[in-house]
Amino acid sequence: MMIAVASGKGGTGKTTVAVSLALALADRQKIQYLDCDVEEPNGHILLKPRLQKKTPVTVPVPRLDQAKCTFCGRCAQICAYHALAVLPASVLIFPEMCHNCGGCWYFCPEKALTPAPREIGQIEEGGVGGIEFVHGRLNVGVAISPPLIRAVKERRRKDVPAIVDAPPGTSCPVIEAVSGVDFCLLVTEPTPFGLHDLELAAEMTKELGIPGGVVVNRSAGHDQEVEKFCRDKNLPLLLKIPLDREVAAAYSRGWPPLTVRPRWKEDFLTLWEKCREVARP
Amino acid sequence: MKELVIISGKGGTGKTSLAGALAVLAGNKVLVDCDVDAANLHLLLNPRVEKEEPFYGLPKAVIDREQCLECELCMELCQFGAIRNFTVSELACEGCGVCFHACPDRAIRMVEHQAGRLYVSSTRYGPLVHAQLGIAEGNSGKLVSAVRQRAKEIAEKEGYGLIITDGPPGIGCPVIACLSGADVVLVVTEPTLSGRHDLERVLRLVEHFQEKAAVCVNKWDLSPENTREIENFCRQKEIALIGKIPYDPAVNEAVRQKVPVVLHNSGAAGEEIVNLWDNLVKMLS
Repeated sequence: MMIAVASGKGGTGKTTVAVSLALALADRQKIQYLDCDVEEPNGHILLKPRLQKKTPVTVPVPRLDQAKCTFCGRCAQICAYHALAVLPASVLIFPEMCHNCGGCWYFCPEKALTPAPREIGQIEEGGVGGIEFVHGRLNVGVAISPPLIRAVKERRRKDVPAIVDAPPGTSCPVIEAVSGVDFCLLVTEPTPFGLHDLELAAEMTKELGIPGGVVVNRSAGHDQEVEKFCRDKNLPLLLKIPLDREVAAAYSRGWPPLTVRPRWKEDFLTLWEKCREVARP
Repeated sequence: MKELVIISGKGGTGKTSLAGALAVLAGNKVLVDCDVDAANLHLLLNPRVEKEEPFYGLPKAVIDREQCLECELCMELCQFGAIRNFTVSELACEGCGVCFHACPDRAIRMVEHQAGRLYVSSTRYGPLVHAQLGIAEGNSGKLVSAVRQRAKEIAEKEGYGLIITDGPPGIGCPVIACLSGADVVLVVTEPTLSGRHDLERVLRLVEHFQEKAAVCVNKWDLSPENTREIENFCRQKEIALIGKIPYDPAVNEAVRQKVPVVLHNSGAAGEEIVNLWDNLVKMLS
């Protein structure tokens, strides 16, 4: 069982929900927490795991053997990402543009290009209580995060349930984070921004064929529109988390909601059970 | 022509509310929404779409089964795992064209692929260039560049002196595509540990690309301690902290009513945004 927590809009409370689920479950079973928001990972701030292992993640980018190159220009002609430019007597390589497709070294007639590893970030692993914690940290300046997200998800153990904290948005990093999960929770806030981006996120899960359900965070009596949307789209509205200043204050200090609202634990356990019922068999 | 780019690292810190307010305060400008995954600025500005253009990402590979002799070379070469049973998954294909170039039977074509839409709209505050990336698409950085390019053309042609860009969250591809050539990059943060953590990373990104940064703390009074730490951090890094916006329920209320907060009422947040704008004007000139 692997559940992703996604949102479309940023800052709606993905990490809050993912962390609360993990903490509620960890009392009774082992659980894996996979923070796939590798651009701005925040799960560790709330969970405070002891990080024991750090592994660099690399992607292959071209390296040139100048002596073999005839400057024929084939590599630049192949590269769809403009990651190489061939001048009369030199080749410029822009690793930050490279999508690691392998075309340039495959097609280089002189075998002057070979793949060389480029570090894009690190995976850090550790634990806290019954939670096995994994996150990725993208190096600052690296544009392409999906390979690092993939590496985080490769740490998934099949024998324990996993919670995936996804990045915001609806494009490739999110797709990488949620693909293959059994269920996707969509966290929203009761504002026009939240609703608009929930619509996009719901379309995304539909496109990917992943069953989804909605969590409304910071609910304060203005949920009619999101309720209507869920009804119209036949999406289950699984939980409303009330707007709570103490919870916000705790969050600002890096404390999970359950530290100030221990009674919410039952709500998150119920949420988990509901997800399991709707999840892909 | 000057460009102000608003980013945040962490999502939901108030980029769009602030951009909407600056849309009211600034004169003679083009507005741009570069959060092409989940654009929201149009929800505050009530735009009338004047022009809609398709946005093409990289073309996608398609295998002609009539021509295909099932040698499997394409499957072997595809680094994205996009080809199974001699069929290309449109979702997984990244348009690199390696299979197309390698196919000995010339059975693979690269087909134009619409990855989103770009809009040029008019609002009562000036033109707005925005976009919608197709669901589950890549190419967000490319669309961000297209949107910024379009805004620049409009500004040059019609004589606007300023571009205000509402950026995406994170530090990845679409954010990087937003930064180049900005005159001021305003980072909006919130006084939480997460906000601060993400602020440090995004400021390193701005530094990496050698752009000029300024910081604004939204809802600063929710944690004066964290705000102080952010102030100290900025001082140490010699980055200008040019605004501290107090928590004000009017901000949320304005979003709910889909109007920029400075129009909704002139509460505490609105007043501070006016000060922030004055500081930005100085930095931009």
